[in-house]
Amino acid sequence: MAAVRRWPRKLAVLAAALPGAGSQGRAAAPGPAVLPAPGPTEEPAPEPVPGTAAPATAALYVHWPYCRKRCSYCNFNTYVVRALDEAAVRACLVREAQTLLRLSQVHSVTSVFFGGGTPSLAGPGTVAAVLEAVAGAAHLAAAAEVTLEANPSSASISRLAGFRAAGVNRLSIGVQSLDDSELRMLGREHTAAEARQAVEAARGLFPGRTSMDLLFGLPGQSRDAWAQRLEAALGLCDDHISLYQLTLERGTALAAQVRGGALPEPPQDLLADMYETARNVLVATGFRHYEVSNFARKGALSTHNLSYWRADEYIGVGPGAHGRFVLRGEGGCSREARVQTLEPVTWMREVQSHGHGTRSRVVLNPLEQLEELLTLGLRTDEGITHECWGHFSPQFSLQDVFGEPGEARALQQSGWLVLDSGGLRCTWAGLAVLDSLLPDLLWQLQRALGAARCPPRDKEGQDARAVSGHDGQ
Amino acid sequence: MSTYPVESIRNFSIIAHVDHGKSTLADRLLEITGTISKTDRNKQVLDKLQVERERGITVKAQSASLFYNHEGINYLLNLIDTPGHVDFSYEVSRSLSACQGVILVVDANEGIQAQTVANFYLAFEAQLSIIPVINKIDLKNADPERVEKQIEKLFDIPRDDCIRISAKQGTNVEKVLQKVIEKIPPPQCNSADPLKALVFDSTFDHYRGVIANIALFGGEIAKGQKIVSAHTKKRYEVNEVGILTPNEQPTHKLYAGQVGYLIAGMKEVTEAQIGDTLFLYKQPVEPLPGFKSAKPMVFAGMYPIDQTEYNNLKSALERLTLNDSSVTVHRDSSLALGAGWRLGFLGLLHMEVFNQRLEQEYNMSVILTAPTVPYKAVLSSAKLIKEYGKDEITIINPAQFPDKLSVSEYLEPTVLGTIVTPHEYIGKIITLCQDRRAVQKDMLYIDENRVMLKYLFPLNEIVVDFYDALKSLSSGYASFDYEDAGYQSADLIKMDILVNGNPVEELATVIHKDKAYAAGKLLCERLKETIPRQLFEIAIQAAIGKKIIARETLKAYRKNVVAKCYGGDITRRMKLLKRQAEGKRLMRKIGNVEVPRDAFIRVLKRETDK
Repeated sequence: MAAVRRWPRKLAVLAAALPGAGSQGRAAAPGPAVLPAPGPTEEPAPEPVPGTAAPATAALYVHWPYCRKRCSYCNFNTYVVRALDEAAVRACLVREAQTLLRLSQVHSVTSVFFGGGTPSLAGPGTVAAVLEAVAGAAHLAAAAEVTLEANPSSASISRLAGFRAAGVNRLSIGVQSLDDSELRMLGREHTAAEARQAVEAARGLFPGRTSMDLLFGLPGQSRDAWAQRLEAALGLCDDHISLYQLTLERGTALAAQVRGGALPEPPQDLLADMYETARNVLVATGFRHYEVSNFARKGALSTHNLSYWRADEYIGVGPGAHGRFVLRGEGGCSREARVQTLEPVTWMREVQSHGHGTRSRVVLNPLEQLEELLTLGLRTDEGITHECWGHFSPQFSLQDVFGEPGEARALQQSGWLVLDSGGLRCTWAGLAVLDSLLPDLLWQLQRALGAARCPPRDKEGQDARAVSGHDGQ
Repeated sequence: MSTYPVESIRNFSIIAHVDHGKSTLADRLLEITGTISKTDRNKQVLDKLQVERERGITVKAQSASLFYNHEGINYLLNLIDTPGHVDFSYEVSRSLSACQGVILVVDANEGIQAQTVANFYLAFEAQLSIIPVINKIDLKNADPERVEKQIEKLFDIPRDDCIRISAKQGTNVEKVLQKVIEKIPPPQCNSADPLKALVFDSTFDHYRGVIANIALFGGEIAKGQKIVSAHTKKRYEVNEVGILTPNEQPTHKLYAGQVGYLIAGMKEVTEAQIGDTLFLYKQPVEPLPGFKSAKPMVFAGMYPIDQTEYNNLKSALERLTLNDSSVTVHRDSSLALGAGWRLGFLGLLHMEVFNQRLEQEYNMSVILTAPTVPYKAVLSSAKLIKEYGKDEITIINPAQFPDKLSVSEYLEPTVLGTIVTPHEYIGKIITLCQDRRAVQKDMLYIDENRVMLKYLFPLNEIVVDFYDALKSLSSGYASFDYEDAGYQSADLIKMDILVNGNPVEELATVIHKDKAYAAGKLLCERLKETIPRQLFEIAIQAAIGKKIIARETLKAYRKNVVAKCYGGDITRRMKLLKRQAEGKRLMRKIGNVEVPRDAFIRVLKRETDK
């Protein structure tokens, strides 16, 4: 108990020392610190406010919300529209990217990722326009990773070549399965053969920089069937694979079929076996298991995704995109969680009328920033390095928070976790059960930083206030 | 009130099975006699509580004095309402002891039901005049003839004595009043005797204190007199007496044979216990027979859903028990559920009604644990006998269950149950009763297709879901009622639940040996469903002493990690994880196993899927 009581007093120092505990005293304010979202009259200051010493960098995500058809397992923010005014969407993506880059005063964009939706349905001209806008508003190194998600049904060689010419230098192909009946169950538009062609075409144009997505744990999928898919994928793939366990998201057609009994629910133990098989096979064939669902060889890690897991700053552009960055352009120094307006038509109207369609802004307090770092960082094989932790918590080291007797120590002793000179990370076994470790670690972190200073947010209140900025428009 | 001599007084009750029309008949009687004005709004006038109107039962009896002229004579008819359920059979018997006769109401469509039988015998044993009334003859499916035959066969009352009425439409209700005057004798008592008043009900008023309903078996009572309670021996000065019409209406005096109320500075309802006798100070009388203190037969734990609600719930309980002295309240606490109480009720319906009143009248929602019954143990160990100061103890909490070695006999409470059912369900009902360790005492066809069964049940076998099971296997047609039948010897054991070898105190139960295996298995299965998987395997076992009788294994999580955080959207995910982290605070640790409070609630909570 003594240790727990000691923390809050120390935190005062910590909070003051943290980036983001600024003159506005927001870190000390109890409860949610929600800034008003910009109103129609507000335009960012024309001149950048000189501020932070180190030049700011960020990754940039661009959301293309449109699909030709909705997949049976997808609950993401996607729309199937008959006639699309692509020029208008393009203009809005460009305008919002410019506005947010200006607001963030990011000096250099480290990577760009076009996700969706189905961004390969966008014209290469749209991709080019966005990249030009980025390069115009911040430094975008020639070597910076620029990824585009592509569906095999919209990944002809000519189309892919167009994207390459537009500046894309990495492709992520949504193969999902190499079995036609599985693809039908998933509601995909393509066949296994088309997926193969797409990957081969992509490898030809983006050698060493083509990734493929695969799903496992489909209803009714057997251990053997999965082993076969994996083998087929290994024969086809380049140097990066993302293996996602199918999540039966509420509200999707597939989840309804499983709940209704039309399709069997995959048993927990089978899913664990499939995951274990896959990571063993991939590691044996030279892949590095660098994140829960991601594998790379020859150093072909996705730098964009690593930015999320290292809790770097990232800017989200497009309907429903999420971002985490500091609004230096407004004189801010705290990391904000930002979400753009979900619905494309509304989002466009907002971008057209005041430069961006930010729906909610929530300032993250020091504890919340560390919570996100912990949750994301432990997904990687490198874990949370001392350096990365120190960036968010200069006062209290990983050792201070997790080295004392407590949950983390117990999890280390049970072989799930390691804390050493490299930082805090999961063991091979621990990575598979990370979601069972996190509540313990977050609880320990909350206690260590003193819950009294940062009371839990009022859930409903937070949402209501966050949204209110756009009411009445 | 002195204008009503004993000869022109009739004291009577209406008794009936639930929903057979007791309260509607009372409404009509009140209207005919001009006690209340006749409007469409007179629906269950005597049922004041929301729960009574909703459930169609009377929980808190109300009484009314009716004035009625018959053949030129002014009569004072005291309608003494009775609670409508066997849980309150003691109250019913006390109310009946203030009467000389009853109106027995039977539904012309449903016929005799279990509670009709129980009520009839209460009245019959009290040697009251019985006026059989067949109600609801206006209904399409009414078959009064069949009901008359049932009454004749079962109660030995000539079918010609039955009055066919429709209380709803007022048909023949006047005739009922005339019968009351003709068939029910006036009370046998004398105003010249010393005061002897029976307390047959009491209520609490925040401004005036306890209002006791009384029936005078002798003497008279007036403001200013000094009276004594035979039970508590406490002395009071009478502040007010009066009659109920049905609201309190003060009078100068009450005389022998009359029924009314009294206010005498009593602060708590426990001071005016039902069945108690009041007499004048320095003029003691022989107390009226039959007084018993309320004896709880069903116990359940009550906990606030959120511990911050503890004080609010405490004050609600205090206020509600002001009006219901039959509920016993003992503070209790559980490692899983926090601070709460162990409440004793007269029976299951009493428990439900109490809980419903807490919710409706005090806006409280609570965790109510599955009900248990009070067992007894006859001690053989000299040490324990010395410790307890007696050789027979009552066991309410399984933690107090004495070991077999120091006990010569365990006892369990029993009830005599009456079931009335259409005959096509007999087979299923007999099987159900046998499963519940019941012993058949009687079986009688009350007409060509209706059967009355009597069974001696261990009380614990009917407290949880017996009534629901009976209703569902008979498509709702079987009715059930029961009365206290004392204690019987039973093969009781204490069953522990172990999680990874560690006993879980709040899940220990006292149970009959024959039921332990099935109950142990069920508990283990339910726990397995409610305890979240953890990083190691968990054994959930039921044990009697050192012997394991059931086991479920909750496998360790082998994979538990979300596959993807789409496009940096981790807000929702953080919310979930943080809620889980906060939940750690509410976890009950059993050994190294974390059991969420919800798991206990789901396992311990009474099922309310009615």
